[in-house]
Amino acid sequence: MDKMKLVLVGNGMAGVRTLEELLKIAPDMYDITVFGAEPHPNYNRILLSPVLAGEMTVQDIILNDHSWYADNGIRLHTGKRITQIDRRARKVVAEDGTEAEYDRLLLATGSTPFILPVPGADLPGVVAYRDIADTQAMIEASQSRMHAVVIGAGLLGLEAANGLILRGMQVHVIHLAEWIMERQLDRTAAGLLQKSLEAKGMQFHMGAQTAELVRGESGRVCAVRLKSGESIPADLVVMAAGIRPNASLAEQAGLYCNRGVVVNDTLQTYDPRIYAVGECANHRGTAYGLVAPLFEQAKVAANHLAMYGIGRYLGSVTSTKLKVTGIDVFSAGNFSGGEGCEDLILSDPGIGVYKRVVLKDDHIVGAVMIGDTADGPRMFQMIRDNQNVAEIRDHLLFGNSNLGDVGHKGENQAAKLPDSTEICGCNGVCKGTIVKTIKEKGLFTLEEVRKHTKASSSCGSCTGLVEQILASCVGGAYTPADSTTKPVCACTEHAHGEVRKAIREQHLTSMPAVMQTLGWKTPDGCATCRPALNYYLISTWPHEAQDDPQSRFVNERAHANIQKDGSYSVVPRMWGGLTTPAELRAIADAAEKYQVPTIKVTGGQRIDLLGVKKTDLPKIWADFADAGMVSGHAYGKSLRTVKTCVGAEHCRFGTQRSMEMGVKLEKMLFGMWSPHKVKLAVSGCPRNCAEAGIKDVGVIGVDSGYELYVAGNGGIKTEVAEFFCKVGSDEEVMEYSGAFLQLYREEGYYLERTVHFVHRVGLDYVKSKVVEDGANRKALFERLLFALQDYKDPWAERGVRDGEAGLRAAFENIPA
Amino acid sequence: MIKWKRICPLTDIPQRGSRVVSGPDHDDIAIFRSGDDQLFAVHDKCPHKGGPLSQGIVHGHQVTCPLHSWKIELTSGNAVAPDVGCTQPFAVRLEDGVVWLAI
Repeated sequence: MDKMKLVLVGNGMAGVRTLEELLKIAPDMYDITVFGAEPHPNYNRILLSPVLAGEMTVQDIILNDHSWYADNGIRLHTGKRITQIDRRARKVVAEDGTEAEYDRLLLATGSTPFILPVPGADLPGVVAYRDIADTQAMIEASQSRMHAVVIGAGLLGLEAANGLILRGMQVHVIHLAEWIMERQLDRTAAGLLQKSLEAKGMQFHMGAQTAELVRGESGRVCAVRLKSGESIPADLVVMAAGIRPNASLAEQAGLYCNRGVVVNDTLQTYDPRIYAVGECANHRGTAYGLVAPLFEQAKVAANHLAMYGIGRYLGSVTSTKLKVTGIDVFSAGNFSGGEGCEDLILSDPGIGVYKRVVLKDDHIVGAVMIGDTADGPRMFQMIRDNQNVAEIRDHLLFGNSNLGDVGHKGENQAAKLPDSTEICGCNGVCKGTIVKTIKEKGLFTLEEVRKHTKASSSCGSCTGLVEQILASCVGGAYTPADSTTKPVCACTEHAHGEVRKAIREQHLTSMPAVMQTLGWKTPDGCATCRPALNYYLISTWPHEAQDDPQSRFVNERAHANIQKDGSYSVVPRMWGGLTTPAELRAIADAAEKYQVPTIKVTGGQRIDLLGVKKTDLPKIWADFADAGMVSGHAYGKSLRTVKTCVGAEHCRFGTQRSMEMGVKLEKMLFGMWSPHKVKLAVSGCPRNCAEAGIKDVGVIGVDSGYELYVAGNGGIKTEVAEFFCKVGSDEEVMEYSGAFLQLYREEGYYLERTVHFVHRVGLDYVKSKVVEDGANRKALFERLLFALQDYKDPWAERGVRDGEAGLRAAFENIPA
Repeated sequence: MIKWKRICPLTDIPQRGSRVVSGPDHDDIAIFRSGDDQLFAVHDKCPHKGGPLSQGIVHGHQVTCPLHSWKIELTSGNAVAPDVGCTQPFAVRLEDGVVWLAI
């Protein structure tokens, strides 16, 4: 059977991105032809500004070179403008008469610069700023001429002006509105920005209207005359007064257009065979001029072209970043406020910093930042996630960025760092390497950067920095992933929350059932989704869903921690950090018997035997079982340790019996699997020697009872636990902390620590479920106890004494 | 010279799991059984930092190394792009429910 024919009109970022998405999911469905009016293959239009500024070359910004089209069997016609769509014959016709038939047509004709209707607009020396040819014309002019005038102080105009200054020209900027970038900035922010641009040599004429472009003796433009009568010398005039969706082709063909080709949520036009994406499309009344929404559109359009029929484009919240080296500007959402909105403002003109966050009903709806934009991606993410910020609004403006605080010397502003700065302390990746890879490989997402450079792929503490670098390299093309809708992995389109919901609501109890119900794309998942699914199944349906050891990470299969040389570390449980001479003797004996090279006391008050051979694991477990010791689960996404201080049992300051409380908690929670590891601590008095302030659940004894703290974290980013409630008795400590942990077990996403869980859902929500609603607390607590009942120590189950066969087989190699 | 050696009954290797074959003349070799019951054998050594591939999670015809999550194609021993590296593959076959390995 012949393949269907797909024709793309417009060889730019939106159209080609759609093809890329399409080829990913349906590589053989279409015979593809592409028409581009420019003589170049697809390039990153956003990076024209760095090209103009001399920071990059045209070659650097090519996204898909000719061989990409050839490799994917795509017929590419460059330099051919399509002039007619014949919808009846289903073909397009180019200026030079070239024709192509289509079964599906994709329009991505982009936009055209708005040329002011003033006398002289057609003179030589007057250019728009849209493509490589315009850029080259400006570069050429800068080599022999002095005076440039940019009309329009929007994003594009300012970037053009900046580039021309760097090319040595004297630049005047004319702007109709009262302040620059009025579509993205408020007046104060614009004022600060204008000041720093003036410091670079830009001269502004605000509230100025162009009357005429004056013809010089040579026939070239020589000046711009304003309505006020003022005349500004100009050998080059750049029109950057806005863009218009380029829909004339569609209009001629009789497609419904209204400031762009009107499309529905599947990016389909009024002709069902014709789709439109990018700047030329009008979706729900908006034609987007930024690249991030175009990529979202591309994904949806590709899905429908591939006839999958799922996915809707619902519009985008956009953010803007000005690409002027050395000046940081960020703007997103509704930055000007209005009815029912509140403004949080931090302004320090002395150091050129201005931040304004607009809140509505405790949710961020917009933000503007100048000078310090490190928190831009975080703010934008909170807007997209619609996160409630009631608890953090008092320090929202002071930034904590979404950075970890270790491994990169606490740096939090990537743009200013030199190329040699180490960004990722885990994998030793420098800024220069990341920048180079992003440019060379044409990367747009954090995931891609992680894959290609390994930066931010281990502990993640540098994620915020990597995002900033990405944002500065690709400009507006970077959008932080929206955490509530981000798919679990490449095997599925579904996010963690949807998967959990399906498992619960449809009573799915096995992995094949989940994968079938939710349409997994791979036969048996991958190393990312399988452990998550396994956890969701056993935590949602305890005693009913089967645990699948092959879907657990090696540590949870071997009940020990794998080390870099393939040996294991073994940590026996010491309840509450307490031990006995007999236990210590058993540990010493085992260490000698199995020639354990290293013995170490851990941060969680346990003893770690490092360097145990895999084949010795079942034997060492049997020895420990004989001594009455059980697994310490130092290897699992599970209850790790309950750390305690000496407490009222011995300490002269102690107010509560913290050791006893700790042991009780640890015995209660023994064998608890959770989205990520869980650590507790109990201190006997507010001196808090057990460091309960950085634990998932921290218990601090006071004279009248206990204070409970939750969602602390001592790792990648130190997070101080938040006060949860105060209780009077040991039983209440167990019930409240158990209920909190059960809520986390039921609603947390796999590999999400309690701190991230609580940040995502809000502490108020957690309190409403656990503290305020007594019946719900009791129900949660009961479900926890039900899940934990009959839990058998995995070591006792798997321990093998000399001479026994049993499970040992799985731990031993087969002799050849 | 390559010799076929009898290793174990297929049932000794769990689905989406592996066993390790060791001997005096060669490094450890990991034999994998995929979800669709195909067999693969490669050196039990990740090309990245030498992690024991046998301990990784098997998905499709790939395994993810337990140390730093490199993905290895079990048929060829090649790392999945963008990572670059290769671990040696070995021939393996199934006869009457018994696994044979060419060493």
